[in-house]
Amino acid sequence: MIISIASGKGGTGKTTIATSLALSLSNVQLLDCDVEEPNCHIFIRPILESRNPVSIPVPGVNQDKCDGCGRCQEVCAYNAIAVVNKEVLIFSELCHGCGSCTYFCPNDAIEEINKKIGIIETGRKNEIQFAHGKLDIGMMMSPPVIRAVRKHINKKKTVIIDAPPGTSCPVITAINGTDFVILVTEPTPFGLNDLSLAVEVVRKLGIPFGVIINRSDLGNKKTDEYCVRENIPILMRIPFSKKIAEIYSRGDPVVKELPEYREKFQGLYKKIKEIKTG
Amino acid sequence: MKIAITSSGTTLQSGVDPRFGRCPYYIIYDTENDSFEAIENKSSLAGGGAGIQAAQNISDMKAEAVITGNVGPNAFRVLSAASVKIYSGATGSIKDAIEKFKNGEYEETTGPDVGSHFGMGRK
Repeated sequence: MIISIASGKGGTGKTTIATSLALSLSNVQLLDCDVEEPNCHIFIRPILESRNPVSIPVPGVNQDKCDGCGRCQEVCAYNAIAVVNKEVLIFSELCHGCGSCTYFCPNDAIEEINKKIGIIETGRKNEIQFAHGKLDIGMMMSPPVIRAVRKHINKKKTVIIDAPPGTSCPVITAINGTDFVILVTEPTPFGLNDLSLAVEVVRKLGIPFGVIINRSDLGNKKTDEYCVRENIPILMRIPFSKKIAEIYSRGDPVVKELPEYREKFQGLYKKIKEIKTG
Repeated sequence: MKIAITSSGTTLQSGVDPRFGRCPYYIIYDTENDSFEAIENKSSLAGGGAGIQAAQNISDMKAEAVITGNVGPNAFRVLSAASVKIYSGATGSIKDAIEKFKNGEYEETTGPDVGSHFGMGRK
């Protein structure tokens, strides 16, 4: 089973949930797909075994063949190409690597160049298989790096994917095709707003999901009411606790210092399995 | 000659919009016969590369100069390659800007004067 952890709003506790779940179960693989700021490794401290670059193909122009017709500019959906005075200007940081310019160039004048945008590191910590991606500084295109992390999915294991925040392409790339999504939220107006956006995304993708309310004794009751109204299972509540905050800020795993949470996360996994099997 | 002015509206009384790539309209003004046309900026809501697309469009319309508030590095690169002259720092109404341009009160801008994404409200 592949469980992904998403949230809509950032800073709700995705990484805490992902790492706690990974450390509470056996035969686990943890994939950190929050490639703009991966931090599961801080809590898991894996021994890294491999490190490989991720590249996307960006256009380069063969001046001998290019007649400046501008077709590449017309077909680029991302405004990464301008053609003025028959000169092709390429803005590779905006390129999504889709290949349209290469495909449509009538003169076969575009030669794709691999541009490195990030790296993937893999390793393990005891029984936990680990991989994460890191988007290079200044790069904007995280989905190719997320896809490269997901290539490491080992279906023989319980796979836990820590997704990035938000509700756009990076999140969808991280959670699409997974078996269950845990949406982590906090009971505040911001948390609820972004939760409801994330719920729309997950429903559109047709993935079963449930909610974890973190810092559950803060804020108001609106998140609870929303979940009841929308018939969304609340899988777990974690109170606002100074102790947990201290453990987190040291970079230590919560379940190691508070063993009662190990049982809670095992219970969470059981609940998810029950929802999956109906 | 045709000049493009970044505009908040469709008339000569409209204000100069300081954003090059994300302004709502361009006033394309022809100094030969003092006629103008308001063109909607289809790049204003682009996910990315608004300045690049806008510069491409202005070049395609054969404008020879741009009057605007600020111009970022990507738009600057395209406009320069297209040999479109850039006059930034303009404020006030479109009408005023055209008068100042005609009187030679603007100095040509020789480099981008803001960073990427400035027109999206980031600094």
